Amino acid sequence: MSSGSSLPAQRLDWLPLALIPAIALAALPFIPSLPTWVTLTVAGLAMGMMIFMMAAGLTLVFGLMDIMNFAHGVFISVGAYAGTTVLLAMKPSMQADSLAANLSAIVPAVLAAMALAGFLGWFFERVVIRPVYGDHLKQILVTMGGLIVVEQLIHVVWGPDIIPLPRPATITGSFIVGDAAIERYRVLAVLVGLAVFAAMWLILNRTRLGLLIRAGVENREMVESLGYRIRTLFVGVFVAGSALAGLGGVMWALYQESVNAQIGMQMMVVLFIVLIIGGLGSVGGCFVGALLVGLMANYTGYLAPKLALGSNILLMVLVLLWRPRGLFPVGKA
Amino acid sequence: MAEALLSLAGVNTHIGQYHILQGVDFEVPRAGLTMLLGRNGAGKTTTLRTVMGLWQASAGAIRYDGAEITRRTTPERARLGIAYVPENMGIFAGLTVRENVLLAARSGPPEDRRLEWIFRLFPALQKFWHAHAGNLSGGQKQMLAIARAIVEPRRLVLVDEPTKGLAPSIIANMIEAFRELKRTETSLLVVEQNFHFARSVGDTVAVMDSGRIVHAGRMADLAADDALQQKLLGLSLQAHQ
Repeated sequence: MSSGSSLPAQRLDWLPLALIPAIALAALPFIPSLPTWVTLTVAGLAMGMMIFMMAAGLTLVFGLMDIMNFAHGVFISVGAYAGTTVLLAMKPSMQADSLAANLSAIVPAVLAAMALAGFLGWFFERVVIRPVYGDHLKQILVTMGGLIVVEQLIHVVWGPDIIPLPRPATITGSFIVGDAAIERYRVLAVLVGLAVFAAMWLILNRTRLGLLIRAGVENREMVESLGYRIRTLFVGVFVAGSALAGLGGVMWALYQESVNAQIGMQMMVVLFIVLIIGGLGSVGGCFVGALLVGLMANYTGYLAPKLALGSNILLMVLVLLWRPRGLFPVGKA
Repeated sequence: MAEALLSLAGVNTHIGQYHILQGVDFEVPRAGLTMLLGRNGAGKTTTLRTVMGLWQASAGAIRYDGAEITRRTTPERARLGIAYVPENMGIFAGLTVRENVLLAARSGPPEDRRLEWIFRLFPALQKFWHAHAGNLSGGQKQMLAIARAIVEPRRLVLVDEPTKGLAPSIIANMIEAFRELKRTETSLLVVEQNFHFARSVGDTVAVMDSGRIVHAGRMADLAADDALQQKLLGLSLQAHQ
């Protein structure tokens, strides 16, 4: 059988990736000193990594099942509170000037945050989202309602006040590179974010489960026709995405050194900006979008603080003018 | 006479407020290729999707291999041995040809002999094994869609308009491929608008109109009867040579 002419080679789309150094370099002339620029850049990358952790599950959930989950923020909040509770309960380990002692508090806190957020995700999918599959308007209404209910429950369980959360001793403070001060916690956030991205990339690109998820994002009906239960797959992705949001939540709480019931809701606008910039359903796009938003927020936060959120909306508008379906659009059938 | 592999009895399907299938009755034998013909909007695609469970029958019964499957989910039907090639081919464009095929092989990586057989049917797939499926031509995508349906032995393969938009040379290759498929244990139910293709590969035929089966019989009998073609399809097969 004739195969026709040769296919064009599939090339990695480098242009959106080039936006990250482009934004960083574009900001350089406006920042008064190089060390300040380095500090802001690391802060922006760290913020971007945490946003990526919070947004990755949301983009997959939307890509797989077309679910508009406005309640994703509660997984961030609950994760932040669960982690905070564990960290505050292990104050001596937190305050010890030993990495091992600090880790003995951080690891259980992260696991608690992910477990509770994942469980809440499972419960939410069964009780709130399952009855409204296929109806975007109802999804928006019930998930917004769910978000308000969980926020109030947080007030009941943890109280209405902001809870201060000091960072563990060994990841507090900065180290100096050249003349630039780099916060230790931000470096940790970058490393954790990279590890999460690498793990997601490996799962999505090197496993059969990942193959199914990628196929399901493109055409869930065809995946079902091949004999796979997409609903089961979706529940798994929803729980994993919620757990990741919980991880992002506890990291964000440590970043801010405090936690409040609105922590998740406050992030939702930024998360949706990231999803739209990256291309709905694209994990790679979500990663690049989160880094862009993190950098933009830090540069504008330094140069013109009142424009911080507005600058990200402007970034989104510019990206959509360039690529109307986001940086890495997912082909949906 | 042996029981049919697939039988539909009084099947009705509603899509929203529209009543598409209005009591479909027909059978697919345990061997050979059954063509499902009819004018646009007659309900052919809806019939395939209802058999696959992508749209639920609102009334009637679908029996497959001796068991009723009317209320079974799509994945359950697929696991019983029914494969489906939709009209839009359902290719995962972001995945490679290899990944598309591997995904369809539910029980693990396909045997080398099976893959070699598929490559003999569709050599282009071997050539572009590691290429992204989204970059394939229309004909190559159709080959991939069919390869995915037969990467593991299936009892029944449903194919919706396999020659749609294809060049004549590719259609000739498709005819050869379907003839080869007919030599296996697989039964085929194919929706088609191309009467030359239908006559070339069809063993039995069912013709639909307005959501009902209006004729069922041997393909050879329909192909030989210009008047019947005119009555059922509006045009004779001769007009489509």
